[in-house]
Amino acid sequence: MEFLIATAVGALTAAGIYLVLRLRTFPVIIGTSLLSYAVNVFLFASGRLALNAPPVLRDGAERYTDPLPQALVLTAIVISFGMTAVVVMIALGSWLSADDDLVDRPAVPESDARRPSLPEGDA
Amino acid sequence: MSLFIIALLPFLGALLPGLMIRAGRQACFTATFLVTALASVGLLTHLPAILRGETISARLDWMPGLGLNVNLFLDPLGFMFAALILGIGLLIIAYARHYLSRDDNMGEFFSYLLLFQGAMVGIVLSDNILLLLIFWELTSLSSFLLIGFWKHLPEGRQGARMALAVTGMGGLALIGGMLLLGNIVGSYDLTVILENRDVVQASPLYVPALLLILLGCFTKSAQFPFHFWLPHAMAAPTPVSAYLHSATMVKAGLFLMARLWPVLSGTPEWIYIVSSAGLLTMVIGAFIAIFKHDLKALLAFSTVSHLGLITFLLGTGTAFGAMAAVFHILNHASFKAALFMSAGIVDHEAHTRDMRRLGGLRKLMPVTFVIVLLAGLSMAGIPLLNGFISKEMMLEEATHTTLFGAPMLVTVVATVGALFSAAYSFRLIAHTFFGPERDEYPAHPHDPNPGMWLPPALLIIPVVVIGLFPALAEPFVKLVTGAVIGSAAEMPDAHLKIWHGLNLPLFMSAIAVLGGAVLLALFAPLSRIWEAAPRPEAKDIFDRLIAACVRGARLFARGLHDGSFTRYAAIMVVTVVAIGAHAWFSGTTGAEIRRPLLPVTPIAIAAWAMLIIAAGFLVAVHRNRLAVLILMGIIGLMVSVGFNHFSAPDLALTQISVEVVTIILLLLALNFLPNRTPVESGALRRARDAVIALAGGAAATALCWTILSTEFPIAPISDYHLANSYKGGGGDNVVNVILVDFRGFDTFGEIIVLGIAALVIYALTEALLSGPVRRRLLNRGFEEAQAGDAHPLMMVVLTRVMMPVILMVGVYIFLRGHNDPGGGFVAGLVVAIAVVTQYMASGFAWAARRQRYPYHGIIGAGVFVAGLTGIGAWFAGQPFLTSAFGYFRIPPMEEFELATAMGFDLGVFLAVVGAVMLSLESFSRLGYRAGTETSDHAMDIDPSRDEELTPTVGAQGKVI
Repeated sequence: MEFLIATAVGALTAAGIYLVLRLRTFPVIIGTSLLSYAVNVFLFASGRLALNAPPVLRDGAERYTDPLPQALVLTAIVISFGMTAVVVMIALGSWLSADDDLVDRPAVPESDARRPSLPEGDA
Repeated sequence: MSLFIIALLPFLGALLPGLMIRAGRQACFTATFLVTALASVGLLTHLPAILRGETISARLDWMPGLGLNVNLFLDPLGFMFAALILGIGLLIIAYARHYLSRDDNMGEFFSYLLLFQGAMVGIVLSDNILLLLIFWELTSLSSFLLIGFWKHLPEGRQGARMALAVTGMGGLALIGGMLLLGNIVGSYDLTVILENRDVVQASPLYVPALLLILLGCFTKSAQFPFHFWLPHAMAAPTPVSAYLHSATMVKAGLFLMARLWPVLSGTPEWIYIVSSAGLLTMVIGAFIAIFKHDLKALLAFSTVSHLGLITFLLGTGTAFGAMAAVFHILNHASFKAALFMSAGIVDHEAHTRDMRRLGGLRKLMPVTFVIVLLAGLSMAGIPLLNGFISKEMMLEEATHTTLFGAPMLVTVVATVGALFSAAYSFRLIAHTFFGPERDEYPAHPHDPNPGMWLPPALLIIPVVVIGLFPALAEPFVKLVTGAVIGSAAEMPDAHLKIWHGLNLPLFMSAIAVLGGAVLLALFAPLSRIWEAAPRPEAKDIFDRLIAACVRGARLFARGLHDGSFTRYAAIMVVTVVAIGAHAWFSGTTGAEIRRPLLPVTPIAIAAWAMLIIAAGFLVAVHRNRLAVLILMGIIGLMVSVGFNHFSAPDLALTQISVEVVTIILLLLALNFLPNRTPVESGALRRARDAVIALAGGAAATALCWTILSTEFPIAPISDYHLANSYKGGGGDNVVNVILVDFRGFDTFGEIIVLGIAALVIYALTEALLSGPVRRRLLNRGFEEAQAGDAHPLMMVVLTRVMMPVILMVGVYIFLRGHNDPGGGFVAGLVVAIAVVTQYMASGFAWAARRQRYPYHGIIGAGVFVAGLTGIGAWFAGQPFLTSAFGYFRIPPMEEFELATAMGFDLGVFLAVVGAVMLSLESFSRLGYRAGTETSDHAMDIDPSRDEELTPTVGAQGKVI
C-alpha cells in the first residue's frame, strides 16, 4: 500500500512540475495545484499510514494515527485555496488588462535598462 | 527621573514637532525645546548621586534568552555625554528656530533632530551592548535623514548617502565585534564585560573583536581612511552640522572607545592601531583644513583633526591620556559647536561661506567676531582659553609616547599637528573678520538677532571660564576619567593647570603657535601649490567603488533574474533534486527499522489507478482547459478518499469541500480566459521539461517510499497531543484540538492570511473594474451560444430547498468538531458552498441584493472573535489562547460541553466563510455588468408570473 502512495505522490509531482514549466498562466496554476496535492499527501503520509485508527479519542481504542501532520495539512489545504485564488486573480488581471497570459516577461536587454546606475542617477 | 523616561522622552517627543507645526513655527519650536529641556532636567536630577560616585541603573528584561535586555545605567562618563547631547541640543534647537527659513519644514526637521537625540542618549545610557547596537544603528539612520534634510540639493542627498554607507558599514562591523566580545565574556551586559579585562585580552578572539569594534568606531568618528564622509555631510543645514560634529554623532565612536577602554586598551594592538590612526588623522585633517575656503569645510576637517587628537589620547592607553581625552571632548564640544553656529550666522547674513569672498566682517558683525575670535583661539591652543589646557596635556602625553621604536616621532608629529591646527584657526579668524571691508558681499552682513547669537555666546562662557580657572573643571573631569579607566589603571595625580613651568610641552606649543602664524603669512603661495598639486579625491574613489559594486550586483542579478518564470522554476526544481540526490547518495542515516507494510486491496488499486490515469491524461490533454478541470476533480476526489481511507476524516472533509470551491473558482476564471492553451514550445523543450518533471517525480517517490517504509527515526511528539487532548483541551478530536488549542496561535495566523488573500483579490478586482478593463468587459462578446434559460427553474428550486439542509449540516459539522471529525474550517467551507449555490442558481444581481452583511465584515468579525477568545484567557491570568471548558446540563437535553475553543472555532468559521465568499464574489463581479437590466426574479421562467418575459433579454448579462 505504501508503494501506491509513494508513486501517487511521484505522479502528482511530475505532472505538477511539467505543467509549471509551461508558458501560459492557466497550466502553471493547475501545475501548482497538483504540486499542492502532492505536498499535502506527502506531509500527511509523513505521519505513516494507518487503517481504522482516526485520531478521535474513543473508549477502548488502542492505537491512533499521528494527528499532528493532519492538523498541519488541514490548514495547508485551506491556505492553498487562498493562494490559488490570488494567483488566478493575478492571471486574470493580466489577461484582461494586457491580453497576455504568458508567464515569462521578455528579457530586458542591458541597453534598454531604464534606470540609470545609482551614483549618477541622483534623481 | 527614571532613566527609561530620559531615554524615551526624545523618541516620544519626536512625534510632537510634526503635529505642532500645524499650530505654527513657534509652537513647534516650543514643543521641541520643552521635550529636550525636560529630559535635561531629568538628567540633572541624577547629578548629586553621580557626584557622590553612585551609578544609577534601570533594568527591564526584553529578550533574556538572547541576552538582549533594556538595561540602562548612568555613570559619570554617560552623564557627561548625555549632558553634552541634551545641553548642546537645547542650544541647537534654539539656534535652528531662527536659522531655518520659512521654506524649510520645521516640524520634519525637529522630529528628525529629536529622533537622533534619542538615539544618541540611548547609546550613552546603554548597559547592554546589543541595545547599544540598536541605538547605534538608529543614529546612522536618523543622521541620514538630518544630513539629507535639504532634499532638493544633490550634495545633501549624496552626502547623506555617503554618511549612511560609511557609518552603516562600520555599524555592521561593530555588530560582529560586539557579538564576539559578548561571546568571549558570556554576557552582553556592559558592566559585566568591563570587569573582565583579563578574560577578554587573553582570548584568541580578542584581536578580531578589537578590529571589528574599532572599524565601527573609526567610521563613526571619521578616522583616516574613513574621514571623507564627514566633510561631505556638511551639505546639511548648519544646526545639524553643529550638532552632529561637535557633541554627538562623531563623538559616538569616541564614546565607545572610552566606554570599552578598560577591557580593550593597553595591549600593543590597541596602542599601535588607535594611537597611530589618531595621529595620522589629526595631522592630515589639520593640513587639509588649512586650504579649505568654505568655512564649514574648514571646520569639518578641523573636526576630523580634533577627533584624531582624542583618538590618539585614548589610544596611548595611559590614565593620563584618558584624562586628557575626556577633558578635550568637553572643550572641543564647546568651542566647535560655537564655531559651527557662527559659520552658520556668517552664511545666513552674508549669504556666502567662502572665505575668498569674505573678510573685514570685524566691524560689521562685532558680536559674531568676538565669539569666533575666542572659540577660534581656543581651537588654536592659545593660553587662557580651554583649548590650550587640553592641547598642552596632549603634547605632554605625546612626549611620553613611543611608537615604532622611534623616540621623538610622536612628539614631532603631534607638534606638527598642533601647528597646522593653529594655522587653520588663525586663517579662519583672519580671512573672515580681518582685512579690509568689501563692498561686494552677496548680502549686506550685520549681526543677527540675539536668538541666533545667544546659543554660541553661551558656549563661549565655559571656553573662557575653564580657560581661566581650569581647577573648576578638575573634579568633574577626574570623576569622568575614573569612570573611563575603571579598575584598569590608577587615577593620574596630575592637575589641570595653566602654568606647568617651562617644560617641553610649552615649548612645543610655542612652536605650534608661531609656526601657525608663519603658515598664515605664507598662505597665498602655499595655497597655489596646494591647488596645483595632484591629490586623490575621496569622493571620486568612493563613487567609483559604489558604481563598481552596483555593476557587479546588477550583473549577478540580471544573470539570474531575467524575467523568465519558467526558467526560475526549472532551476529551482533541478537544484532541489540535485541537492536531494547528493544528500541521498552521500549522507548517512541512523539504523533503519523497516515498518510492516499495509496489504494492498483491490479497491486501493482502483483508486490509485484512477489517480494516476487522471494525472497522465491531465498532462496529455492539458491544452483543453475544461477537460483539465474535470480531471482535477477526479484527482481531488481520489485524494479525499485516500485521506478518509487512511484515518484522516477531517482532512477528507476539508479536501472535498475545498475541491468544490476551487473548481467553481477555476470555472469562473475560465469564463474569461481562453479555453485552450496554444502549442508554443517545441518538441525538444517539451522533452527537456518532461525529463525535469520525471526526475522530480522520481525523487518525490523515492523520498516518500523511504519515509513510509521505515519507522520514525525519533519518537514523534504526537503522543503528547493524544494524551493531553482531552485533559487539556477538552476535546476528543485531536486534530481539531491541535488546531484550536495546541497550535491555536498558528491557526490564528492562518485565518488572517486567508482573510488577507481574499482582500487582495477584492482589491485587485476593484482596481481592474475601475480601469480600462471595465469597458473591455462590457464590450466582450460571447464566444459560445448562451443558454436561453440562465437561471433554470429546477436549479433554483433545488438550491432553495437544499439551502437550509446544507446550513444545518454546516452547523452540525461545526458543533461536533471538537469531539468528532468536523470543525470551523469544514463548516465554513460547507456554508460557503450553500451560499454559492444561490449565486449560481439565481445570478449575481439577485443574490447580491439579498446579501445583508458584507464579506469583508465577516472576515473581520472572524478574526476579531478568534482574537477576543484568545485575549479572554488573559483575564483568567493565563497566556494568550489558553482554553477552558466545562460540562453543563439543561434539563431536557443531555449533558453537553462548552469550551472556549468553540469561540475560537467560530472565528475560524466566520473567517473561512468570509474569505471564500469574498474571493468567489469578486470573480463574479467581473462578469456582472453593472447597469445591465436584470430581472429581480429568482428564475427566468415562472409559470405563475403574468408578464411576458423574453428569455433573451433576461439571459443577457447574467453569467452566473
